[in-house]
Amino acid sequence: MIRFSHVSKTYANGVQALQDVSFHIPRGQFAVLTGHSGAGKSSILSMVIAEQKPTSGEVKVSGFAVGKLIPRDVPRLRRKLGVVFQDFRLLEDRTVEENVGFALAVTGARGDGIPGRVMRVLTRVGLAGKARVYPKELSGGEQQRVAIARALINDPAVLIADEPTGNLDERAARSVFQLLRDINAGGTVVVMATHNLALVKDAGYRMIELKGGRIVYDSGLEDSAGGAA
Amino acid sequence: MSSPAPMSEALRAFRRTPLLSTLSVASIGFSLFTIGLFGLVALNFRQTLRTLAERVEVVAFVLRGTPTETITAASSDVQAFPEVLEVRYVSEDEALARARSELVEFKEAYRDLETNPLPASLEIRLRPEYRDAEHARQVAERLHTYPFVDDVRFGRDWVERLDRLRNLAAAVGLVIGLAFAIVAIVIIGVTIRITVLQRAREIAIMRLVGATNRFIRGPFLLEGALKGLLGGGLAILMCRLTLQVFRQTAGEVGGGLVFFGPPELGLVVLFGTLIGLMGSLLSVGRHLRHV
Repeated sequence: MIRFSHVSKTYANGVQALQDVSFHIPRGQFAVLTGHSGAGKSSILSMVIAEQKPTSGEVKVSGFAVGKLIPRDVPRLRRKLGVVFQDFRLLEDRTVEENVGFALAVTGARGDGIPGRVMRVLTRVGLAGKARVYPKELSGGEQQRVAIARALINDPAVLIADEPTGNLDERAARSVFQLLRDINAGGTVVVMATHNLALVKDAGYRMIELKGGRIVYDSGLEDSAGGAA
Repeated sequence: MSSPAPMSEALRAFRRTPLLSTLSVASIGFSLFTIGLFGLVALNFRQTLRTLAERVEVVAFVLRGTPTETITAASSDVQAFPEVLEVRYVSEDEALARARSELVEFKEAYRDLETNPLPASLEIRLRPEYRDAEHARQVAERLHTYPFVDDVRFGRDWVERLDRLRNLAAAVGLVIGLAFAIVAIVIIGVTIRITVLQRAREIAIMRLVGATNRFIRGPFLLEGALKGLLGGGLAILMCRLTLQVFRQTAGEVGGGLVFFGPPELGLVVLFGTLIGLMGSLLSVGRHLRHV
């Protein structure tokens, strides 16, 4: 599903964000990227969504080779992904249902089929009753749920979550994390970058720890080598 | 909930940022207004030159005693010249009568004459496209070949000055018109760029959820075209009001001023729409290349 093979990334300002990073996230897995700020988590995610290309090595996501993507193919890749950020990135002047429906409409979906699909996904994230309110009328946790609903509307094979609980209090963070777990239980690959180790440590998911642009720990390798589950 | 069709998205932009949209339309309107004003000046100047050019006339004075039949036959010949619009024979008596009525200060002198000193003439008006010094000179040279023609006059200096004025007006008009157009395009481009930057976050989110550049561009192009269209309408309104004020304040001179006809009005609106469209295309295109 997602494969990084000996990937390095050096930005134009000379900062080396990743060095020889390799991992494979198969279908159905929940993988957690951890590490301090600047460790390389966001660089990995930005390559998965084709915001950045690797300087060397190969990144493959849902069959797309990110390093070789032509601009026209970037939207095609992104429609196979759902993306959630710490700052929600909602359109403030649109209602909840418009924010979610918008992501469906950009794919060319027919207008009359949109409301039903939007309501189904809002029900799934527990916001069916807030379809007509604006983001600023919602709590942080609810705004993140809207962002998750928007990410799910196109039935993505992969959900990318970059510090999705970073702006939330503990209760809202647990609630959002539980939602991501439910989504993963439905078969969607979830890749989540987080600082909040307390939140994820007991979930038993694959942990990839980064430091200085390198992978220093990958529980997936332990598993394949016969380590602890 | 409706899907974000380009037109509803473009209209939403107007509703969401009414001040910025109004400023955009106003800046497009004022830019086109300067072009329109210049166009009005050029139009009226051209009209004045055309009126002056109507006075370009070649006059062939006929030798005294030339038989009327000879002059009539020659008139038909001259009428067939490609440059000639109209040939009019002015007899000696007619010339005298005209002099008496037009030159009032010599009224007494003309009344006491025993013999008419004025010669008969052929007054030749040229077609509009030939009313310049070169063509007037060519016609004059051909008239000189007729044996009964004593002298030919066409006010060479005056016609040459008119030619120079026309050439100067065309050159100045082209340069200033072009400068105004470039300034208008730059102002409109900057205005639309501000709109694009103001919506940079929205564009980034659209790209994130898989919107193609074409999908993103659509509403911006429509918005730019709509603003250009409204700006063009505003410019026409302001030009009309300005002309009205001139007409009221300039008295008799102002009454002769002309306004654009439907083709020119259509051109202003079309130009506004096109530069709105082009400004959007360039601004959005540039932004999309950099995000």
